[in-house]
Amino acid sequence: MFQHDRLSNEITLFQKIKNLDYILLISVILLSVLSVFVMYSTDGGEILFHTKNHFVKLAVFFPLMIFVAFFNIKFWHNFSYIIYFIVILLLIYVSFFGIKSSGSQRWMDLYLFVLQPSELMKIAIIMCLAKYFHRIKIENVNSFTSITIVLSIIIIPIIFVISQPDLGTSILIALSGLIILWLGGMKIKYFIYSFITFLISLPFIISFLKPYQKLRILTFLDPDRDPLGAGYQIIQSKIAIGSGGLNGKGFLKGTQSYLDFLPEKHTDFIFTLFSEEFGFIGSVGLLILYSIIIFRIIRIGAISRSNFARLFCFGYAFAIFIYIVVNLSMVLGLLPIVGSPLPIMSYGGSSMLATMIGFGIVLSAKINHKQMIA
Amino acid sequence: MIKSNSGIRKTDVINRRMFIIGAAKVVVFVGIIARLFSLQINENKKYLTLSDKNRIREWKLPPTRGNIVDYFGNVIAGNLKVYQLHIIPEQVENFNYLLVRLKNLLNLSDKRIVRINKLKAELKPWDSIIVSENLSWSQFVKINNYLYDLVGVKPVMTISRNYPFNDVYTHVLGYVSQPNEQEILENETIQERFVPGMKIGKLGLEKRLENHLIGTNAIQRYEVNAYGKRINQLEHQKGKQGSKIRLTVDTEIQKACGELLNEKAGSISVMDIYTGDIIAMYSSPSYNPNLFLFGISQDEWQLIRNNPLKPLINKTLSGLYSPGSTIKPIVALSALENKVIDTKFKVKCTGKMELYGQTFHCWKEKGHGWVSLKNAMKQSCDTYFYEVARLLGVDRLNITAEKFGLGKKVLGDYFDNEKKGLFPNTKWKKNNLGKGWVLGETLITGIGQGYIQTTPLQLCMMTAQIANGGFAVKPKIIVDSNPISYEDAKQSMESGLLFDSESEELLDKKLFKNQKNIKIVQEAMFASTNERFGTSYKSRIEDPKYQFAGKTGTAQVKRISKRERELDLELEQIPYKDRDHALYVAYGPYVNPRYALSIIVEHGGSGSKAAAPIAKKLFKLIIDRHDLRNKQSNFERITV
Repeated sequence: MFQHDRLSNEITLFQKIKNLDYILLISVILLSVLSVFVMYSTDGGEILFHTKNHFVKLAVFFPLMIFVAFFNIKFWHNFSYIIYFIVILLLIYVSFFGIKSSGSQRWMDLYLFVLQPSELMKIAIIMCLAKYFHRIKIENVNSFTSITIVLSIIIIPIIFVISQPDLGTSILIALSGLIILWLGGMKIKYFIYSFITFLISLPFIISFLKPYQKLRILTFLDPDRDPLGAGYQIIQSKIAIGSGGLNGKGFLKGTQSYLDFLPEKHTDFIFTLFSEEFGFIGSVGLLILYSIIIFRIIRIGAISRSNFARLFCFGYAFAIFIYIVVNLSMVLGLLPIVGSPLPIMSYGGSSMLATMIGFGIVLSAKINHKQMIA
Repeated sequence: MIKSNSGIRKTDVINRRMFIIGAAKVVVFVGIIARLFSLQINENKKYLTLSDKNRIREWKLPPTRGNIVDYFGNVIAGNLKVYQLHIIPEQVENFNYLLVRLKNLLNLSDKRIVRINKLKAELKPWDSIIVSENLSWSQFVKINNYLYDLVGVKPVMTISRNYPFNDVYTHVLGYVSQPNEQEILENETIQERFVPGMKIGKLGLEKRLENHLIGTNAIQRYEVNAYGKRINQLEHQKGKQGSKIRLTVDTEIQKACGELLNEKAGSISVMDIYTGDIIAMYSSPSYNPNLFLFGISQDEWQLIRNNPLKPLINKTLSGLYSPGSTIKPIVALSALENKVIDTKFKVKCTGKMELYGQTFHCWKEKGHGWVSLKNAMKQSCDTYFYEVARLLGVDRLNITAEKFGLGKKVLGDYFDNEKKGLFPNTKWKKNNLGKGWVLGETLITGIGQGYIQTTPLQLCMMTAQIANGGFAVKPKIIVDSNPISYEDAKQSMESGLLFDSESEELLDKKLFKNQKNIKIVQEAMFASTNERFGTSYKSRIEDPKYQFAGKTGTAQVKRISKRERELDLELEQIPYKDRDHALYVAYGPYVNPRYALSIIVEHGGSGSKAAAPIAKKLFKLIIDRHDLRNKQSNFERITV
């Protein structure tokens, strides 16, 4: 076994490049190029702040993804717990010394850019739990100790993120964690019981929500109750998407975004702008592109020999899926507004950094898919 | 191997569970696509409409008022291009510097600067502030020369009301100015078309015909952003100018009236005796309505307001005067109609008449001796008319006078400042003053003094109805849609019927019982002007083309005391306020009469000296323009 490991470790750079998943890579490149164009449109057809920054971030993080990919998947396996703890430390740091902006304290200033550790936690939690379920015997998965440990792994970061406050990201972290529990073999009845408990305690949870969060839920249920206030975003978003029609209004011709009716068009509502300008056809095209990425990641997981790689890939594919679903449901008025970016498309360094690291680890799994991890 | 088995089992679990998740993912994605489909395909129209509603906003521009023209089509209230200066605050780099520059260039007052700063605080940064509503050409050129230095300044050309004849038509037309809140609320049309900077009629016909003149707004559609800022213009929908209104007035005659009354307080009205067209209606002194367009300055306003000759009052319609001797034709007519007197009836005038211990004086102290109707009218013998009035009684006189239009509004509701005057009778006094009528009051009513009050336009109409042979005319100042020509009006009148264009019926408009009586009165008026010893003999024109008949009047404004009567002061020696009003009513030409007029010169002294000479000058012009007017009436009529 040891011999075999060694052999795997000695893959040459040439082989690494050869073993990269080109369908995934091309899809990510396509998505990146598209995102720059859409960002250019949010700037009103000019290369301004957002377009420039977005491009620079892509230019930095895309090579970073390749860099991450060139580390053996075993390396990521070995460092999973450490990475998780570093991110936890960052979350603790942020909760004391973080930068405050619009009522929440989520960011830390790294001079080059502002980092949002909770975004990194989306990846770290998948790594951490993937490693845990990789190492644990299947028989022990449903033991009390095991359940206590995995729940702690999920709940500790969520406590910090919720207190920032950032409901959107904490839900995404929780879902990313829960999916690994599911994949790792936790009993289905636990999920069913928890879901029932969740439903029963829902009114109780709602009473603990902050007033603005309650308002968002009320607004989701009836956006017209305050069309110029809380309901404004969702109404304008639906108008933009709906008016896009089959073919869209054309690149740079989205009146809703161009005339500033769309809120947060660079970040959470980027899909709205895209959909207004490129219509139903463009939107479905974008979903297909995302689907290719997701299924490619699942395929890489499926061919991986190690369960760590498999769990990470499946978990990450699900995470990407859930980011997209939450974001699109929000802009389409299917879910209340929770801050959640659309991977790669949305403006935001931390989210892109986390996504690219995730892709990097997936590519590492692909390059080293024959790698066994003890 | 156990470990390896466990590993395989684990992989199986992961794969199986992944498959379940994968299937769920497909379902969710299909759900999202279905939602997209419903929004973008099924409800596309609804959301497109909402999106357009979001981005397109309409701006109304002030409508262009319709022109008002005189009978000959000369514009008397028109529109003029004016140069304005706007500032768009968001484009200004340094607002205070700009204001200092503009202040120097345009000599703006400090008050104006304060006002601009206030506006800037109130308006949105992309709304333009009007710095100057009416720049002179030289100022406009100056601004354009310095434009490179005046960032954010926009010279604008726009349209404003203009009265080319300045003060000539002020009392007829009124003027326009910014509406106040109440005026906007009261008139639905204004409310609907109101935009800041719009002017509305404040007085006269401009006010009365507001809904005809106002015009419709031009509409500009702009694409706006979420904050309401205009991004670009989509389309421009032209507004319709308000209706053109044609008046019956003749600018040449109106202008002449103004010149003849120059620096006097008074009024001249001229009327077509058949059609009732008002040819001139001038109240003196007048003021320039153009001053009000851009806000009148306090100094100019005080000058108008405090003028002792009261230019703000439209004397033709709102001025109430005792008619004095100008009422005598009606007194004579009434007496004739009621067969109280005939042409042979004579009264001996001794200069005064005693009644129940009260003395009633004739203007001629020595008396006129034995006078008949014709002589009494000619020399305006008061004693004769005291006696006639005494015999007639005020109630019968009242009936005739009201028939001829006294005590009623002449132009109906066209001018809200028109007064209806008063012709008293016994019932009126009982009802309003609570006292019984006294015979002495009948005597003074017979010479046009006492309670009786008339407007100059009433006197003009009264004269017109005597001149046309005793038929009712319907005075009008606006040429109506289906105007009746002068000949037709005359013809239908002489047949004793009048075509009423409103009810489209032939109405009996005879005001007399016996037309001979009218003829007698006409002859007496002719004598008064054209025969020796007539009160207006000096103002006669002998050329039959222009020859006119008339009656002078001198209205006392206060009771003459015995001392004053003995003093017999010259006009200049009496304080202005106490001087008599001079009146004159006339019609001409005597053969085939066409026009009637009334002249009043406030505190002008006697009618024969102050008023009648004006008629002499005016008649020549009026009759000279008759052919022109006749020709014009055959032209295409411009509708209201």
